[in-house]
Amino acid sequence: MTHSSWSLGAAMAVLEPLRAEPGPVLMALQAIQREFGFVPDEAVALIATTFNVSRADVHGVLTFYHDLRTTPALENEIKICVAEACQAVGSRVLEKALKATYKEEVCDAFCFGNCALGPAVMVNGKLIGRATLAKVAEEIK
Amino acid sequence: MSAIKVYIPGDSAAVSVGADDVALEISRLARASNLEIEIIRNGTRGALWLEPLVEVQVGADRIGYGPVQVADIAGLFQTQFLTGGAHPLSIGKVSELPWLAGQDRITFKRVGIVDPLSISDYQALGGWVGLQRALTMSGEQIVAEVTESGLRGRGGAGFPAGIKWKTVLETQDETKYICCNADEGDSGTYADRILIEGDPFTLIEGMAIAAIAVGAQQGFVYIRSEYPAAVAKLSAAILLAREFGVLGKSVLGSTYAFDIKIRVGGGSYVCGEETAMLESIEGKRGVVRSKPPLPAIAGLFGKPTVINNVLTLASVPAVLADGATSYKSRGVGRSLGTQIFQLAGNVKQGGIVETGFGISLGELITSYGGGSLSGKPIKAVQIGGPLGAYFAPKNFDLAMDYESLLTAGGMLGHGGIVIFDTSVDLAVQAKFAMEFCAIESCGKCTPCRLGSTRGAETIQKIIDGEEFEPNKRLLLDLCEVMTDGSLCAMGGLTPMPVMSAMINFPEDFENRAEVMK
Ligand SMILES: Cc1cc2nc3c(=O)[nH]c(=O)nc-3n(C[C@H](O)[C@H](O)[C@H](O)COP(=O)(O)O)c2cc1C
Ligand code: SF4
Ligand code: FES
Repeated sequence: MTHSSWSLGAAMAVLEPLRAEPGPVLMALQAIQREFGFVPDEAVALIATTFNVSRADVHGVLTFYHDLRTTPALENEIKICVAEACQAVGSRVLEKALKATYKEEVCDAFCFGNCALGPAVMVNGKLIGRATLAKVAEEIK
Repeated sequence: MSAIKVYIPGDSAAVSVGADDVALEISRLARASNLEIEIIRNGTRGALWLEPLVEVQVGADRIGYGPVQVADIAGLFQTQFLTGGAHPLSIGKVSELPWLAGQDRITFKRVGIVDPLSISDYQALGGWVGLQRALTMSGEQIVAEVTESGLRGRGGAGFPAGIKWKTVLETQDETKYICCNADEGDSGTYADRILIEGDPFTLIEGMAIAAIAVGAQQGFVYIRSEYPAAVAKLSAAILLAREFGVLGKSVLGSTYAFDIKIRVGGGSYVCGEETAMLESIEGKRGVVRSKPPLPAIAGLFGKPTVINNVLTLASVPAVLADGATSYKSRGVGRSLGTQIFQLAGNVKQGGIVETGFGISLGELITSYGGGSLSGKPIKAVQIGGPLGAYFAPKNFDLAMDYESLLTAGGMLGHGGIVIFDTSVDLAVQAKFAMEFCAIESCGKCTPCRLGSTRGAETIQKIIDGEEFEPNKRLLLDLCEVMTDGSLCAMGGLTPMPVMSAMINFPEDFENRAEVMK
């Protein structure tokens, strides 16, 4: 996951194909985050003007969805599933161990649809089943 | 000699335990020995404990080996696995594996067998037959057939699909939509994902049939962002279906036009609630809408909209192809057809079990699940996701159908069954249910938004061994307010796991101070 640094031109290019879509605001925020790793302040204003909605509306959507972030992405993104089926196979213990090792790069998630092969961890977009500290370490940059 | 066909699932679950590495190593060693093989990345058969499950085509049969790790592969070549040779990992003919042979695969009949993106595989196993039949029928006839089949919503609420479709059919409008709910947020459920990754054309066919039935031109599939592989598979399948002429200006040469767009979620559980999903597809905050109006009358962008779960829509092709009578010959009472159960959590043989409604909970957990993964006794099972009830082994004779579960104080939900061994503390689970509600609440109603936080605090007091009776009374009051005062099932059903935990496992709540001494 390599992200570009903010540029108005790149942002406009990312938004352009969405002009034809109905209800584009969430898609626009997702597209911006794919490109830049997060949603910079400048993007909120740009999305508002591009799609003719208020900045408050864009901001409302931005703050509603857990996936969307307003600060730059970290080197690694480690998501541990702490939903029930993974809890049943020790995800809470693994969560503590991961947080002790990788600190703020670790965040909680609720289910990756891998509930028969838990604990489930997603490291930089790659899903790991029957996850252990060692298996996670192999995927870390 | 033509290349030997080797099936190695490309399903996310299989890949999460090494299927990609296994595929690379098998292809490397085959090349090194000058053996001509063709690797097909099928979906999973659903026997997830066997993943990565490698299958080799030997004559008319597929011989399985699993779970295969990279370190096993040299040994597999030595024992001639490419011709079905014996090996400790061999499970013999996959179709005869009792775990699979005992199931009644209707909705999942092609999953794990076909190449998910092969239209010829799809057709060879009955693909498009239901759609072709639908094209010879009127909208009313299709709706009548679906109603007659008894098919009910598989997403959680169990509402009869045909009745919902009838409302959309009868609502006059030039623009109507079909929205497929693939948000699958419930912990312990993954059947939507496996179906989309393993047999996406079935969902496309089901949506096309729904569109023809009610007169819709545009479909949306709302897939959660946690499922990137499903998004990729379905996108590819949609392109192929357009090329093949199932989607686009003319569905299979007919006068019907229909196409499908994908929308990806934003990591919000409540967006699985149908009206929050509509808001999210419209690009807005996923706040639940008040009903009425019903989405069937004024749904997406204010237009009449069919909203169904992936499994509901994916069951429709079989209903049309084989007829309502065949479908409803399965199941019990008002729970007709097959249910796709999903065994999850602390279970030895987790996976997809498709079978007629009415099977007992115990049979699912013991015969299919094989008991706990840890080997410790099973203490609790949660049925129906995070809003579902916790049951104890004393409930194992429970029949798994909509009505029996309701009577027992639970719900079937999306068919997930999460198994816990004796290390689970049900007071901690009850607290988690409240915390989850607090995190995922859309914020519209106070009992859900704030009651859940109060609930979690109160359960923490019980866990800490503070005075039990007053805290219990407070918790019961809170549960009542949430049940009665919430707009949707997020706040309305969070009390279900909490109350069922207290009722079925009182020992985990009472006298904690004594226990801790
Ligand atoms: C909080 C909440 C989450 C839900 N999540 C889902 C979901 O992920 N998938 C789903 O199909 N239905 C979900 N539902 C149920 C939907 O509101 C709706 O009943 C369903 O999509 C209708 O399709 P069906 O009739 O085919 O089941 C959820 C409901 C609530 C209250
Ligand atoms: S119950 Fe909760 S999630 Fe449902 S509408 Fe009310 S606040 Fe939103
Ligand atoms: S509960 Fe962890 S992957 Fe589903």
